[in-house]
Amino acid sequence: MSKRRFLSADERRGLTLVSPPLIYTVLLLAIPVGAIVLFSLWSQDAQDSMKVDTAFSLANYREFFSHPVYGQLLKRSLMISGLVTTATVIFAYPVAYFISFVVPTSHKSLWLFLITIPFWTSYLIRVFLWKVILGYNGVVNSGLMSLHIIDEPLTFILYNVNAVVLTLAHAYAPFAILPIYVALEKIDRSFLEASLDLGENKVTTFLRITLPLSMQGVVAAVLIVFIPTIGDYVTPKLVGGAGGTMISNMIQTQFLKLNNAPMGAALSIIAMASVTAVALFFIFLNRRWLRGRT
Amino acid sequence: MKMKFKGLRVYVVAYLLFLYAPIILLPMFAFNDATIIAFPLTGFTTKWFGGLLDTPALHDAVKHSLLIACSTAIGATTLGLFAAMAGTNHRFPAKKGIMGLIMLPLVMPDIIVAVALLVVLVRVLDLHLGGWSVIVAHTLICMPFAISILNGAFANLDPAMEEAALDLGENRWTGFWLVTFPLVMPGIISSLLITFTVSLDEFIIAFFLTGTNPTMPVYIWGLLRFPEQLPIIMALGTLLVALSVLLLTIAEYFRRRGLARAGVQDKGGFL
Repeated sequence: MSKRRFLSADERRGLTLVSPPLIYTVLLLAIPVGAIVLFSLWSQDAQDSMKVDTAFSLANYREFFSHPVYGQLLKRSLMISGLVTTATVIFAYPVAYFISFVVPTSHKSLWLFLITIPFWTSYLIRVFLWKVILGYNGVVNSGLMSLHIIDEPLTFILYNVNAVVLTLAHAYAPFAILPIYVALEKIDRSFLEASLDLGENKVTTFLRITLPLSMQGVVAAVLIVFIPTIGDYVTPKLVGGAGGTMISNMIQTQFLKLNNAPMGAALSIIAMASVTAVALFFIFLNRRWLRGRT
Repeated sequence: MKMKFKGLRVYVVAYLLFLYAPIILLPMFAFNDATIIAFPLTGFTTKWFGGLLDTPALHDAVKHSLLIACSTAIGATTLGLFAAMAGTNHRFPAKKGIMGLIMLPLVMPDIIVAVALLVVLVRVLDLHLGGWSVIVAHTLICMPFAISILNGAFANLDPAMEEAALDLGENRWTGFWLVTFPLVMPGIISSLLITFTVSLDEFIIAFFLTGTNPTMPVYIWGLLRFPEQLPIIMALGTLLVALSVLLLTIAEYFRRRGLARAGVQDKGGFL
């Protein structure tokens, strides 16, 4: 009660307003995530599928480190997410640059709209269509064969890591384009003129002015692509084949097929922790890079 | 000046082709005569669309999903309205942390949200899963989308307008209802449509939380295993794409109108 007196009327109103969404998020996100941390320290009762042994132990985590299959899955997932992120951001950057610097202001929102439309349309069917495009009798193969560029269908484009990377890069494209675009829009155009006047050429101006100033958007793009891709089990399952399975497929199996919620919880925690660690390391590297330049 | 970016233009067109490739192929296969989804196309037919009408299980799934998407849209937009109002017009302690937490579902891997809720609802609370659990989860993940759209509607709204209403004898509630609400209405409609679209299409979480009654994406997932059902899925997909494009166009129209009403220059984009 005594603390309330230090809050102004405006602050009190702000807190009152924000409390419904805040309470909702705490109840349905913070507490459940806390619950899976707890679950990961328990173990599954072998007889009753609804029962867990609530004695605390690190058995699930020990299981993770003693079976190399889990570690391999995690490593592969991080690698796929990393590849997806790199590909998505590198291919998205020129598009964001184009919309920000080339498209006339009056057409910008139309272009952004054009780029977001494929993202909002049925995700499952979109992933499935990549299977059709890349498949043995798929669009790419039949197209290349009818043009006599190849004699036999290419097999390295489906049911492997390449296919997963391509499909996810497609799914997350707008997530990369939009933050980079926003950062590019914020750049004061007179900096670029100044740089050109002072004897830099187009390329060095881009490298020394535009790129560092847009790094904030690139970082946002990297995080917003990298973190969620680790949680996708549909794309690996549909186009990944045996060599493209990811940690999420294992989490799904633990929960829904093996009925081992504590192990699934431990895998979820490990996956989330590794993604967060990689993301933080990336932010740290980027800060050092930007600081090193000034 | 224009010719300078020629290479870039070619690249952007190629990129758009890549983005639209699945959407362009979808109707081709939906109207194609063959059961196998591959080239060359064999002939024109509309029988797959007719097939949609003869699948009662699909109708149930669609109805179920529509109910979930409507509830989610209303829930997420209402909660988003509170957050956007607090975030744009008020200062309060730990604001950055609180807003960050509320926006967190946007970057959380969906599977984590799914398993966390599954554990709490089934294992801890011992509840029966159903449409309601999908609604609860979808509201959580749609809220950040609602907030980013509504922030745009609130950001340049002059707080003096609501204050003027208060000075003129309205109370907080009537002031909001008569002045602020109509001004942000386009943002609200846009938010309802976007969250509806996200929920209708969401699979990863729904698969964990839907219980015995499948949502439409969960039903489609089941069909993907049966090759003879694929053309019907293509027909369904074509209809869904047409519906989403329609809804998004309406949402975009209202978003722009909202910005124009608030007197802001359009910076574009939903995210």
